Amino acid sequence: MSACGRLLRSAARSCRALAAFTSSRRPLRTSPSGRAFAKELFLGRIEKEAVFPFPEVSQDEFDEISQFVGPVEKFFSEEGQRSTVSARDSAWDLRASVDSRRIDLEGKIPNETLEKLKSLGLFGMQVPEEYGGLGLSNTMYARMGEIIGLDASIAVTLAAHQAIGLKGIILVGSEEQKAKYLPRLASGEHVAAFCLTEPASGSDAASIQTRATLSDDKKHFILNGSKVWITNGGLANIFTVFAKTKVDEADGSSKDKITAFIVERDFGGVTNGKPEDKLGIRGSNTCEVHFDNTQVPVENVLGEVGGGFKVAVNILNSGRFSMGSTVAGMLKKIIEMTAEYACTRKQFNKPLSEFGLIQEKFALMAQKAYVMESMAYLTAGMLDQPGFPDCSMEAAVVKVFSSEAAWQCVSEALQILGGSGYMRDYPYERMLRDSRILLIFEGTNEILRMYVALTGLQHAGRLLTARVKELKHGNVATIMETISRRLWDTLGRNVDMGLTGKLGAVHPSMADSAVKLEENVYYFGRTVETLLIRFGKTIVEEQMVLKRVANILINLYAMTAVLSRASRSIRSGLCNHDHEVLLANTFCTEAYYQNLLALSQLDKYSPENVDEQIKKLSRQILEKRAYICAHPLDRTS
Amino acid sequence: MAELRALVAVKRVIDFAVKIRVKPDKTGVVTDGVKHSMNPFCEIAVEEAVRLKEKKLVKEVVAVSCGPTQCQETIRTALAMGADRGIHVEVPAAEADRLGPLQVARVLAKLAEKEKVDLVLLGKQAIDDDCNQTGQMTAGLLDWPQGTFASQLTVEGDKLKVEREIDGGLETLRLKLPAVVTTDLRLNEPRYATLPNIMKAKKKKIEVIKAGDLGVDLTSKISVVSVEDPPQRTAGVKVETTEDLVAKLKEIGRI
Repeated sequence: MSACGRLLRSAARSCRALAAFTSSRRPLRTSPSGRAFAKELFLGRIEKEAVFPFPEVSQDEFDEISQFVGPVEKFFSEEGQRSTVSARDSAWDLRASVDSRRIDLEGKIPNETLEKLKSLGLFGMQVPEEYGGLGLSNTMYARMGEIIGLDASIAVTLAAHQAIGLKGIILVGSEEQKAKYLPRLASGEHVAAFCLTEPASGSDAASIQTRATLSDDKKHFILNGSKVWITNGGLANIFTVFAKTKVDEADGSSKDKITAFIVERDFGGVTNGKPEDKLGIRGSNTCEVHFDNTQVPVENVLGEVGGGFKVAVNILNSGRFSMGSTVAGMLKKIIEMTAEYACTRKQFNKPLSEFGLIQEKFALMAQKAYVMESMAYLTAGMLDQPGFPDCSMEAAVVKVFSSEAAWQCVSEALQILGGSGYMRDYPYERMLRDSRILLIFEGTNEILRMYVALTGLQHAGRLLTARVKELKHGNVATIMETISRRLWDTLGRNVDMGLTGKLGAVHPSMADSAVKLEENVYYFGRTVETLLIRFGKTIVEEQMVLKRVANILINLYAMTAVLSRASRSIRSGLCNHDHEVLLANTFCTEAYYQNLLALSQLDKYSPENVDEQIKKLSRQILEKRAYICAHPLDRTS
Repeated sequence: MAELRALVAVKRVIDFAVKIRVKPDKTGVVTDGVKHSMNPFCEIAVEEAVRLKEKKLVKEVVAVSCGPTQCQETIRTALAMGADRGIHVEVPAAEADRLGPLQVARVLAKLAEKEKVDLVLLGKQAIDDDCNQTGQMTAGLLDWPQGTFASQLTVEGDKLKVEREIDGGLETLRLKLPAVVTTDLRLNEPRYATLPNIMKAKKKKIEVIKAGDLGVDLTSKISVVSVEDPPQRTAGVKVETTEDLVAKLKEIGRI
């Protein structure tokens, strides 16, 4: 190929790209699709265009969201029914609504409530309109999650049905499968469940043992196996089931690979166990599901045979971010309830709201709610961009942050009420029990931290390997660049990534926080490089190192989200924007110092790092499977 | 049979669950950033109209609201509940504050004639001003019979049987159509606007007109002097016996 030909070809390509760019209404992402925001942080880079300005919805979409929120909020609010009612007008409070206390006590969601949820259209929020659903964007879905999260059992039931149960059909289903199953799933006539977990395979999903063997006439797969802890297992008639199938490789060998199937209860051989007795979300149905020689037609393979693992991962990644908005909705409600109490309850002749330790709790809850809201809607906005952006890391960050914040904040809220908070008459103990599961399901927080850290490190590693290769080949430019960067670092340079200043993405009132973020990101990138050089591939084993890496990343994404959102709030003139700026700056300061600590702990000979001692301690404990210290009263005689 | 056409008037008010706060300048209550929704009695009126349509007694239900742009949200809710189309009588926000029952009644009367409706349905009163006048005034201006505080409505040919809740009990009237009916609490339980219906309602039309187009004069002879909080409740006094109670009441001149 002549140089001339290559030149002409690339000229033609750029002309076409330009034409496409000017004709499209939304600006095309000119960067390759792999370059999402969080991954680039591992290289010490802030991809400003991905996160600034904070995503906005069109006026049309905003009006639509406002219309939807009304009836759903009405349905979920219990107080509304009981206020401004005189004795004569007591007929008013007969409207069925959500009685969370009753749902928790009885361990089930009443049928009338489920029917109302179905008629409201909440069973098919993300099913496309042409299949009878509401076709909500990720942003709108997140907004609805804020209201539905007011009752955890309902939220989990709906999420298991549509965020994972039927999501596979939307993501990778064929036209026939979509037309056949989605309409009745959207109306709620059929309920769906997601069947991946088995007694011996939780986090280690790839090790599942349920098998699907092709029948002799090649028309069916015969499904055999047991799944455990399946939400909606007792209610569902459509199951997305993952099983091992034998796949013939190109070289003649055969391997066991996971395949996803759409299984109808009517196929026969599908049974479920009794509902599990859970700590929280007691209204949600969780049980074992068994498949005994279930005949699944080959048309019901979801995606490709052998491609099931990827399908599972995509499904789980797609719904994860909404936990942020769901928890934020719940926290906002809790802040209202506890503030009411703190301002009226008096001790030592002062309302509780005047005591510092109580005030601290409110600042904490508001801050956490603000952060997770910002992260959730930032991620949703990114996901709603055209093309299929990969935001799995960002979604994982949202999940980890919101689940842990939920547990912490509900506990603090209960604490504000003191003894009353402990009583079942008040909703706090139920909300605490309900929120514990958030750290476990949808990917345990431990696994997600490892995922976030390793994915980022892998991304950085690939580029690092390329650079190391160039250094080895004596590429002069690279060598000069590396040397000069090392020199700059030792001289202590000022980092500037374009967030501050006149044309900066962040509003000047948060310039300090933006500088802290840039500094953290820069040193994070350098630390990542050092870690990769130090550990190489064995970093997979170093979970405590990975944990710190993940925690820093979570903070960085959080800081970015709040700075982006607060900047928009000021520039748009939203009410109480100065409160937002205060929240953002406070959070960034705390996160900055947490990051500095974590970064210093990642240094090779850091005195703050007690990882080795921790490993030794746990070895000694687990060897004897007990606490091994001699009793304090023991003697040697 | 299905010849009747109904006009339902709906009002956008501050949501009944909201804690009202008076503006510091005493010109009114705080409405900025406060949650608004359809007046609960208007919801009952819409529900009744839609039920009549479902029973095939009414052919078309038109929802109307007077006020600034945000009224369209309320009309949309009526459409989502089952109304066929909407009319928004646009009144700029500043003027809308001075809209009283007489002005709205003039608009509704003109619209009822223009749209040739047989039935005008309204809530008995709005929960913000508690006037309880618009329906009655509309009937007066149209010279139509009225059935107010309706707790039951039945269509009997060209007549309307209305059961009313009054202080003494229940009163049943028979009105010749066309008529005006205002709805009371126990008439029905309004349905939720489901999300699929909200989506369908997007395709329904809302016509925007001005009061001037109907030849209605919105000037009011009433002006609000001041809006204030009711006085704080003072503490009560506990007494031990009935005699003490009687003595105390005599003391403060109550008996």
